[in-house]
Amino acid sequence: MNTEQAARRDPRWDLFFAPGMLVAALLLALIEAAKSPEPQMQIQAWTFLLAGIGVLVWTVRRYARGIPADDQSPYANDIVKAGVIASMFWGLAGMAVGLIIALQLAFPNLFYFPDLPFTNFGRIRPLHTSAVIFAFGGNVLIATSFYVVQRTCKARLAGGFWPWFVFWGYQMFILVAGTGYLIGVTEGREYAEPEWYADIWLTLVWVVYLLVFLGTIWKRKEPHIYVANWFYLAFIVTIAMLHIVNNLSMPVDLLSTKSYSAFAGVQDALTQWWYGHNAVGFFLTAGFLAIMYYFVPKRAERPIYSYRLSIVHFWTLIFIYIWAGPHHLHYTALPVWAQTLGMTFSIMLWMPSWGGMINGLMTLSGAWDKLRTDPVLRMLVVSVAFYGMSTFEGPVMSIKAVNSLSHYTDWTIGHVHSGALGWVGFVSFGALYCLVPWLWKRQRLYSNSLVEWHFWISTIGIVFYITSMWVSGIMQGLMWRAYNEFGFLEYSFVETVAAMHPYYMIRAFGGLLYLSGTVIMAYNLWRTARGDIRAAEPLALKPQLATA
Amino acid sequence: MDYETVSTFAKSWGVVYFMLMFVAVCAYAFWPRNKEKFDRAANIPLNEDEQ
Repeated sequence: MNTEQAARRDPRWDLFFAPGMLVAALLLALIEAAKSPEPQMQIQAWTFLLAGIGVLVWTVRRYARGIPADDQSPYANDIVKAGVIASMFWGLAGMAVGLIIALQLAFPNLFYFPDLPFTNFGRIRPLHTSAVIFAFGGNVLIATSFYVVQRTCKARLAGGFWPWFVFWGYQMFILVAGTGYLIGVTEGREYAEPEWYADIWLTLVWVVYLLVFLGTIWKRKEPHIYVANWFYLAFIVTIAMLHIVNNLSMPVDLLSTKSYSAFAGVQDALTQWWYGHNAVGFFLTAGFLAIMYYFVPKRAERPIYSYRLSIVHFWTLIFIYIWAGPHHLHYTALPVWAQTLGMTFSIMLWMPSWGGMINGLMTLSGAWDKLRTDPVLRMLVVSVAFYGMSTFEGPVMSIKAVNSLSHYTDWTIGHVHSGALGWVGFVSFGALYCLVPWLWKRQRLYSNSLVEWHFWISTIGIVFYITSMWVSGIMQGLMWRAYNEFGFLEYSFVETVAAMHPYYMIRAFGGLLYLSGTVIMAYNLWRTARGDIRAAEPLALKPQLATA
Repeated sequence: MDYETVSTFAKSWGVVYFMLMFVAVCAYAFWPRNKEKFDRAANIPLNEDEQ
């Protein structure tokens, strides 16, 4: 009897403790639902309860007829499949909500329903940002990290059922946070809107995520820890730290949704933007760089251009990023030296960012022809190009003189979306296009020409989006600072808003194109998972396998 | 520890700590003896068995 068989006969404590932790949380939610005088807390508690009961039913059904085959295979694949499906679902939802709020800004009279407060821009804007960053991006990161860590460590995911606790616990967090925004529950901290109870739940889930990831690395059969895992680890550890510190708060009452931050004044602002910018640095950058360091070499079928550069990239990126937050608070009550420090570190970030971009792009040297035939690889490479572009733009905007023009304008929105749509979105799409055939054991995607359509429609969408926001933002900044010959402001605020109207329409059109691309992708991936091959593209045409 | 002490410490020793960190990282990355290890590591994603 080998050790694996022995391990299988051990009692599965994970199947007892992980659902047990969920049941404990559900009991607390039941108390909230029964005792809280606030209707909002009751809704939140019932949402959590129903979702949790659904998860328990799913668990019982999965394990009712013994341990599933996937639990005994060398790599845990079902959890990655679930992550892919969740990513696709939240991606579509989050991008659709983004289109809605873009239309609300472009046509405020058409999409305004005063009797339906949950449709208000103020409530669904955080729904959009959280859905695309944390629900879509977060699920992509969890799914790819579980896939990559197993392959690069040559070890099965640690923790038995605990990874499923991470997966479902994260979906429950998203559900409670998202529905909370709609009924007006918010901490009012950008990208950290969920209230105290959701924060505590996420902390639990995240610590388990860290332990599962570390546990897998611990039992690795590969002596070296591949660089992608370093980036994933930095993402998981730093997000835990940022989340806990930024959400230190005191609930008004344990039965109330409302809480107040432990910090006040400028300290509170700096904590928030230390969090906010590092959410960009460690969630949207480090995490997705891990995807780049695994999927670009894998898809291009050649090793990363320079492994040494990737090490320098990693350590410099994480040491520098953590200090860049103060650039969100230029010309505020924050001490000037701290503002300058934030600006300086932002500019220093050029070096690791571009080092990483060069490393990703040069991986293709000698294989550039694949860009012509493989649209998935092209998507990955364009994402790295957008990474370079938005990490060039960001430091420029952090310079105080530039920031005095750009801050509070649409330029910021354009910048964020060149990073979010171009870098995070495309690198995620590239990874998902790789993962679905690998996980569902298909020879290739249902259709490569649909990937071509997705690529071009979404790329054109991004171009519309970011160029309109550049023009709109710079115009807005210039109009705000224009004086007439008597020293009065040239324009009233509403005149600047009216001037932005055409650009808002272009932006909404760009968003529509981007969302359309995602819909095409969802269809393509669904057909791929079903095992279909598009009739017009027979199997003989396998450009991505041509050199294999 | 007042505000001046903390900010002066951050503004001076921060540079030293950063330089040392950078030198250590570069030494590790470019140390000749590590070359073979890193060349092998770069190929980890490519030489995996399909599961």
